[in-house]
Amino acid sequence: MQSSLSLSLSPHTSLTIPRPNQSSFATSAKPINLRFCGLRREALGDFSPLLTRRVQFNSITARRSASDLVVSAALSGGNGSPTKSFDYDLLIIGAGVGGHGAALHAVEKGLKTGIIEGDVVGGTCVNRGCVPSKALLAVSGRMRELQSEHHLKALGLQVSAAGYDRQGVADHANNLASKIRNNLTNSMKAIGVDILTGVGTILGPQKVKVGSDKVVTAQNIIIATGSVPFVPKGIEVDGKTVITSDHALKLESVPDWIAIVGSGYIGLEFSDVYTALGSEVTFIEALDQLMPGFDPEIGKLAQRVLINPRKIDYHTGVFATKITPAKDGKPVIIELIDAKTKEPKDTLEVDAALIATGRAPFTQGLGLENVNVATQRGFVPVDERMRVIDANGNLVPHLFCIGDANGKMMLAHAASAQGISVVEQVTGRDHVLNHLSIPAACFTHPEISMVGLTEPQAREKAEKEGFEVSIAKTSFKANTKALAENEGEGLAKLIYRPDNGEILGVHIFGLHAADLIHEASNAIALGTRIQDIKLAVHAHPTLSEVLDELFKSAKVKAQVSSPVSEPVAV
Amino acid sequence: MAHLLNTSFIPSSSSPTLRPRNPTILIQTRRAPTRIVAKIREIFMPALSSTMTEGKIVSWMKSEGDKLSKGESVVVVESDKADMDVETFYDGYLAAIMVEEGGVAPVGSAIALLAESEAEISDAKSKAASTSPSSSSSAAENVGPAVAAEVAVAVAPPQVKEAAATLSLSTHPASEGGKRVVASPYAKKLAKELKVELGRVVGSGPSGRVVAKDVEAAAAAEAAAAVSVGPTAAEAASAAAKSVGIELGTVVPFTTMQGAVSRNMVESLAVPTFRVGYTFTTDALDALYKKIKSKGVTMTALLAKATALALAKHPVVNSSCRDGKSFTYNSSINIAVAVAMDGGLITPVLQDADKVDIYSLSRKWKELVDKARAKQLLPQEYNTGTFTLSNLGMFGVDRFDAILPPGTGAIMAVGASQPTVVATKDGRIGMKNQMQVNVTADHRVIYGADLASFLQTLANIIEDPKDLTF
Repeated sequence: MQSSLSLSLSPHTSLTIPRPNQSSFATSAKPINLRFCGLRREALGDFSPLLTRRVQFNSITARRSASDLVVSAALSGGNGSPTKSFDYDLLIIGAGVGGHGAALHAVEKGLKTGIIEGDVVGGTCVNRGCVPSKALLAVSGRMRELQSEHHLKALGLQVSAAGYDRQGVADHANNLASKIRNNLTNSMKAIGVDILTGVGTILGPQKVKVGSDKVVTAQNIIIATGSVPFVPKGIEVDGKTVITSDHALKLESVPDWIAIVGSGYIGLEFSDVYTALGSEVTFIEALDQLMPGFDPEIGKLAQRVLINPRKIDYHTGVFATKITPAKDGKPVIIELIDAKTKEPKDTLEVDAALIATGRAPFTQGLGLENVNVATQRGFVPVDERMRVIDANGNLVPHLFCIGDANGKMMLAHAASAQGISVVEQVTGRDHVLNHLSIPAACFTHPEISMVGLTEPQAREKAEKEGFEVSIAKTSFKANTKALAENEGEGLAKLIYRPDNGEILGVHIFGLHAADLIHEASNAIALGTRIQDIKLAVHAHPTLSEVLDELFKSAKVKAQVSSPVSEPVAV
Repeated sequence: MAHLLNTSFIPSSSSPTLRPRNPTILIQTRRAPTRIVAKIREIFMPALSSTMTEGKIVSWMKSEGDKLSKGESVVVVESDKADMDVETFYDGYLAAIMVEEGGVAPVGSAIALLAESEAEISDAKSKAASTSPSSSSSAAENVGPAVAAEVAVAVAPPQVKEAAATLSLSTHPASEGGKRVVASPYAKKLAKELKVELGRVVGSGPSGRVVAKDVEAAAAAEAAAAVSVGPTAAEAASAAAKSVGIELGTVVPFTTMQGAVSRNMVESLAVPTFRVGYTFTTDALDALYKKIKSKGVTMTALLAKATALALAKHPVVNSSCRDGKSFTYNSSINIAVAVAMDGGLITPVLQDADKVDIYSLSRKWKELVDKARAKQLLPQEYNTGTFTLSNLGMFGVDRFDAILPPGTGAIMAVGASQPTVVATKDGRIGMKNQMQVNVTADHRVIYGADLASFLQTLANIIEDPKDLTF
């Protein structure tokens, strides 16, 4: 396996030979040596006006191939070799999506990498979160379609009563989780990451205990221990009738009536699953409106589509102070108090309650006190480079924390991005992750997705910094593909600066919104301006034309900044 | 704490109640009609796009009597492109909602009234009642799908009155002596929709919880109570009465439509009628229906067509006696078909049913029924019938007898087509689908033999229906 890999890398090795030539070319700016880069001179045409740009491009290529060389070296020697006297260059505590992302990138960068897992590889996302919930949502989406007589009729379809087998659905979720877990494990094993089993405890700087006795040292350490469901006090979780997402994903029962405490992502997704499977749902939300955190306009539309027509009711502005599991023939009893006045407001009797009040960091027993770090509500304090800050406000050298444990942005892909950012830093390239370019999605039917600021946030920022904010909106009702699917319900919203065309935020509610958001998030990450991206072409008819139309409907004063790329005649 | 965690992936918004700026949607003001001088403004259906001609009210965000301040969202309107919030540009009180949720109104028509002060709310309400716009509220329509009733009358569309239902029901155990009702989310939604008072519904769910089927049962029970009006219109009403609560022990005056029905029924007593029954074998007709059903052909249209073709051969059955001295031979064959409406019935007319092909006739019928439900039938669309059909077959009625609508010569009551064991001429026993009809006719112009031969012709057409499709 390794030999074949190094074989496939051999062209890179030969590529590196002319490297000195290239760098001399970069300084002397003579086009003669272009062929060394494998580029055909004819294809470039007359490049003299763009010379400097292209020279940069070439030197980047050269640098890239240099790092590739490091990789090939790393591969041929296994998982790198540690520098100095450490066991590892990089040790990651927690093999969730964040730790996995960091480990893969670290090996690519030639670091000898170890990863500690005290439970199962994959962490929350793969075992008790995003992954199994997607399996349930895939089922709920189909059930919804098959049950929507009027929708099917409009398409000319006839289906007799749709039904489901609870155990079959549960197995699908479970199988998916174990499949993804194996993939994740194998992907790390294949490149030689050491997977150390046991609970990791920090003993001191650059020193970690694994399990009860083994001690390993590492140049740099990343804490990636993630989070667990947060259960407010007064709520008694029995795992049967009062449950958290951990239990709900096993789908051991489908109650007739389930109260969901919290109407964020987790609560919303589960309401989609449960109502599709025949449950009735009552939301309990502490804030004054459902779906806090979403752009208000999107939240309002989502409520109109995802809540109001379904078998869902809700109580807002209330806390569930006491939840007692069902026992002795009595139902689950939920006591509600007014969130502001704290007066008792109502008592609910339901068949089950799902606690979806968010997640709490899993940082206890990590030995943070040994490096003088005090957690804040359990979160590990970090700076914008994920470097851990100690109790005195100083940076702890060689210690980083990514993902849910630092609480910056509790999303699997954010953790992974933070991990990659840390690896970039420890391998000598400064990197600060732009969290505003990280998309988020809620996989209801239809889906909700977003990146960047909400409208109120953007307006607040604009006020502070003195710029103007504009809004553009397009509807899925005007999109051919959405109408062909008979799914015209939806809205895409762009929040931008009309003066320079900067994208501040994009929010989508509609069919496949979660897949559509990346055009916007990539544009934000790469700094692409609206006036440039609106010239890009979208295939017709596709849902992505919703975004095409969105960009085109924005009114930007700035001109197109540069030709998109060199023209290629066909 | 909880909510902080819940939203921690994103900097929490400064204020969750902050509303986004909506596209400018104007609420126009129009001078209030002469009699009312108070400042009452009409809220109009806005034009949300250049192609929008009408809008659907998705939801009222405010209720009647609510105070509104300038810039507040009042109603959500669905246009051909998107749902949008409509804001008010004036302070005041939402006095009267003229188009309910789910209703459709043309651009520019009034959908609600805005009163400047609380005192003017009642003025506005009375104004709203007098200028109620024509809208097709889908929620209000629970009319039975096809047809029913044995009398045919030409009357104005009805005003529906809804009264709270009083059914003697016990409170449920978990309600702390009726103070608190435990009802599932869907049960609550249904109760609101069907206008059932939850406190009066007996719950059959766990610990006496009210669940959806309890509400449905309660609504059905109310409907059943509503249908205690003798042999006439009973079945028809059951389809229509679902949304109409009846308060027992009260006297409720006739609506306009019901008044008209009453007058016509009394008037019919002056006509000497007689009845002739016949049994048709419908196997061939059923087979034909099955074949062309997918093309939108309805049984009602098929029956109307068959009747019209038979009438063409028997013009006397299509005649009427207007003055007691003469035959009025009608120039065209217009088949009126009775349709149950909430609170009454109406008879949309299929004109020239003998000449129009079956597909056009079916389309026409669908259009008429839709218009009837929307209460938008024009007079010539319900009062030009020359022969009436009344079908209660879909309720399983096998035979009944209809009252002749004044001004026409005959009405045919159609029962259900059902499998029947029959003896055939060759001495065998077989199974055939059979349908009984019963024609009531004015004996001043139509005699027994006329009806008999008309029915025989009709039987031939129905038993060999190839002519129906040309």
